[in-house]
Parts: sequence; structure tokens; C-alpha cells
Amino acid sequence: MIKDQEKPLVPQAQAPLQRSGGMNSYLAAHARAIPPSGIRRFFDLVNASKDKDIISLGVGEPDFVTPWRVRDAAVHSLEKGKTQYSPNAGLLELRESIGQYLSNQFQLTYEPANEMIVTVGGSEGIDLALRALIEPGDEVLVPEPSYLPYSPITTLLGGIPVGIETFAKDQFKLTEESLRAAITPKSKVLILCYPSNPTGAIMTYEEMLPIAKIVEEHDLIVISDEIYAELTFTGGKHVSFAALPGMKDRTLLVSGFSKAFAMTGWRLGYACGHRDIISAMLKIHQYTIMCASTMAQVAGIESLTKSGMEEKDRMMESYNQRRRLVVKGFREMGLECHEPQGAFYAFPSIQATGMTSEQFAERLLLEANVAAVPGHVFGKGGEGFLRCCYATSVTQLTEALDRIGTFLRSLEQDG
Amino acid sequence: MNDFKLSILDLLKEDARLSAATIATMLGAKEEDVSAAIAEMEKDHVIVKYATVVNWSKVDDEKVTALIEVECTPERGRGFESIAERIYLYPEVKSVYLMSGAYDLLVEIEGKNLKEVASFVSNKLSTIESVISTKSFFILKKYKQDGIIFEEFEDDHRLLVSP
Repeated sequence: MIKDQEKPLVPQAQAPLQRSGGMNSYLAAHARAIPPSGIRRFFDLVNASKDKDIISLGVGEPDFVTPWRVRDAAVHSLEKGKTQYSPNAGLLELRESIGQYLSNQFQLTYEPANEMIVTVGGSEGIDLALRALIEPGDEVLVPEPSYLPYSPITTLLGGIPVGIETFAKDQFKLTEESLRAAITPKSKVLILCYPSNPTGAIMTYEEMLPIAKIVEEHDLIVISDEIYAELTFTGGKHVSFAALPGMKDRTLLVSGFSKAFAMTGWRLGYACGHRDIISAMLKIHQYTIMCASTMAQVAGIESLTKSGMEEKDRMMESYNQRRRLVVKGFREMGLECHEPQGAFYAFPSIQATGMTSEQFAERLLLEANVAAVPGHVFGKGGEGFLRCCYATSVTQLTEALDRIGTFLRSLEQDG
Repeated sequence: MNDFKLSILDLLKEDARLSAATIATMLGAKEEDVSAAIAEMEKDHVIVKYATVVNWSKVDDEKVTALIEVECTPERGRGFESIAERIYLYPEVKSVYLMSGAYDLLVEIEGKNLKEVASFVSNKLSTIESVISTKSFFILKKYKQDGIIFEEFEDDHRLLVSP
């Protein structure tokens, strides 16, 4: 008998493709239309030098491992043989826990039976929401700099992403004027992501009120990506857009367990909103995903218990301490850095160096062994900034700040 | 103990080398307030010492540690205080706890080898007048001590860059 590894690898002859232009010519136009992720190029560059002593501030996830009690709950469920599909919308017990959690934390009321769906991460929630809402030609308003997927998914659906630039002088908040300026008769959906990846900006109740007024005036639907809701450090507790007067029905809330509960790899999220939108999303989810991973859902239930919430609070306090450290560090080395009030990113300006953010990030990586994401990949308004994730140990952060400081001084000497 | 001091202790117990300036930044406080609070806690013996947690199993001259359950007769008026003191003053003794339950004192002893620990127990500990009996348990491996896990299994597995 021949063992697998001893079998000779002979490429089999393939039936020739009949279209000229190779396999690419078989790809759907919409798949070709979406641009490759700007972060990808930088990822490859960092990975190429990963054998060096790189400190990465380029991550987008907590440095905490999922609390043990949560991991243990999932292990226990596996031992008990809970390896089957869950209901399409997710385990009812989890949906009830989420409902209770949203009510306690953000004064939101959603019916677990028909206003809620458990998704594979917040990402699937965003995808489902856009698929349920966007038709070719619809315009989707996206305040930028922004998390990457909103625009490409819109493009995939034939929709038109409309970036709205936000500025450091406004602390990267969406202003009434710029929103008004971007609206056309084709505008259908406004995507909000506050606290913001990558800027760390938040929107307070008072700041969102005029936005809500415009939303009502122009009959928009809001997809509010509140994955960083728990990570709000100054400016008061997070306020959900859905909690604004009259906004619950026209807001589709997307969130998940990744950031606040350190559960990125579990891929567990949820979406809540008007039952008609949820029901359309559920239909798509049934055909494409079936259900989120059952063991992850069991872990999610444990995360929302009293002890799980205490673990979460401990992590939030630790992010806040490191946030203060990193912002002070940047300011002391002469980089302008607006106060990030939420999420776990600082977004300092590197405009004073005269370099583009891509040049700066590349040289910082190669010359100082620190990886951070150049701001331009996050769309309009990102050029000239650098996204630095401070979810890393104090020792590493301090060392990274030292290295960046030394790098900046070397730039000055070069003149 | 106020919350401010507790927050300082929380940071220091994880990393005793954090400077007052860094702690002040992390807590959003003034450096002089942090320094004053630390000085006060040092004076009050809340902060007893800034020591290093060593994984001795990685050091060539490995040490032997044993936990000894000690049953003893308390003294009138002083309870277990003076006998505990007679025991903890020995440098071989790493820790002494007064326990509820079947025995009275739990004593942690460290020695170069098994023989040294055994000889300490039989020559020094058991011969103390009020000691009735001792039971020795040798520690074979330390997995976690004072909240610190010795195995290095929680490395950073994150992708270097993610959106």
C-alpha cells in the first residue's frame, strides 16, 4: 500500500478554459469591482518582517484571552455533547441574556423572539443588514475614517458608498452640516460606528440628536455598529443611537462579544431592530449560515452573567489606563493626538513629519520595528494619521512609545 | 483603604517596577499624589517589599519546598503568636499561616534538598515544646503562585495586523 505522502504529485491535465483572459474573466463583475483591502498590503509587509522583534500596535483585538470561566463553559458544553445546530436566530437563552444586557446597560428593549438575531460576529450582522436593505443605486452614507467593510459590501450589492469626511478638529465626530451635504434623494442608509474604529471618537446623546433629526427628515435607516459600546472612557456612558427619541424602529443595532468580552476568535455577534428587517436578515442567514456556532453561543451566555460582566469591567479599566499612557506618550513626543474617548485605538497625526501615513508607517516598521496601521486605509480623512491599538501590555506599549520617539528624533536629525 | 490606593496596589502587584509617573498617567492622577500614597503605604507596611517572583525550577540550584501542617498547644494569653514567631524567624521558613480546621499552623519551608528540609522539621520544628505533631508535604511542581501562572501558555497569538 502506498502511504499518502509517498504518492507522486502529478498535475492533472485540465479541460482548457474557453474564455480568453484566464480564470479572472469568469469572475463576477461585482467581485472584481471591490478594491483589495488597503490593510492587506500592510499586513503582508509586517508579516514579512515578523521574525524581527516587532511590537505591533496594528492589531484590532483585545490582548486579553477570553476569561477562563467563559472558555470553561464552552468546554463543558462540548463535554456534554452540545454539538448540534442551534435555532437559526440563536439559542433563545442567549437572546434573552442579550435582551437583559441591552436593557441594563443601554436602556434598550428588544423582543428576543423576533427583534433579535445571533450572528457570526458583528461582521455578519453588517453584511446581513446591508443585504436586507440595499438595492442597486442606493446610496449608503459612511462617516470616514471608518472600519473597512461597509463600503465594499455596499459595492458588492450594487449600492453606492458615500464617504463623509470627519476631522480631527471635530474629534472625528459626524457633524450635522457634513451629513446634510452628503445626502441626496438616493440616500437610504447611514452607517454609524461609535465608539469608532479607527479614531476612538464617540458621539454623545446631545451630539446625536441633530443627526437623528436629519435621519427622520430624510427617511433614512441607520445601521449602528456599536461593537465598541462598552469601551467608552470619557464623555459619559455610551448611548445607543436606537435609544434616541423615535429612533428605535429605524435603527438596526449591530454588536457582538469580540471586543468587550475578548472573544474575537469565537465569532459571536448579534443584531437587533425592527422585526421586519430582522426577519429579512434571518431569511438570508438561514440560507447562508444556518446559525452561529453553538459552543460559542454557550460561551456568550456565560459572558453575560454577573461574574462575566465583572471580568469585562476589569478589562475595560485596564484599557482606560493604557489609553491615558499612550495618548500622553504621543503628545509628549510632539505628535498631535486628539483624545480618543472610546474603543482601544489612538489616532495620532503624523502630518508634522511631512510624510504620508503610508510612508511613515512603512519606515516606522522597517527602521523602528513598530507596526501601526496607516490612516489612509480607513478612507477619507485618514491620510496623515496612524491607527495605534493600545490593547497591549504596558511594558510593550512603553517600549513602542520609546521606539517611536527615537524614530521621530532621527527624522528631525535627518532634517 | 481608599479606591485610589487600591488602584495603585492593583498596578504594583502586577508590575512593581512601574514608576510613580507612569502610574499617575495610567490612573489620570497627579504624580505627587501617587508618590505620597505609595510612601504612606510603605510607612504603614501595606506595601511590605518590592520582590521578584522567581521560577526556581528554571534555576540550576533548584530548591525543595514543603508545606508542614503543625498542631500545637496555644499559650495562655498569647494564643499562637509566640510560637508562630519562634517558627517564622527561621530563614528557612517562607510563610506561616494560622489555620482553621484539623491543624493550627501551616508552615512553608524551603531548603536546598529533601534532607535539609527533613532535618529542619525533625530538629527545629518538632522539638519546639508546644508543638504536638507535624505532617510534611513536599511540593512537586508549582503551577501558579500569588496569582502568577508559571507555565508560559498565554503568549500573544494575535495577528500582527487586523482591521
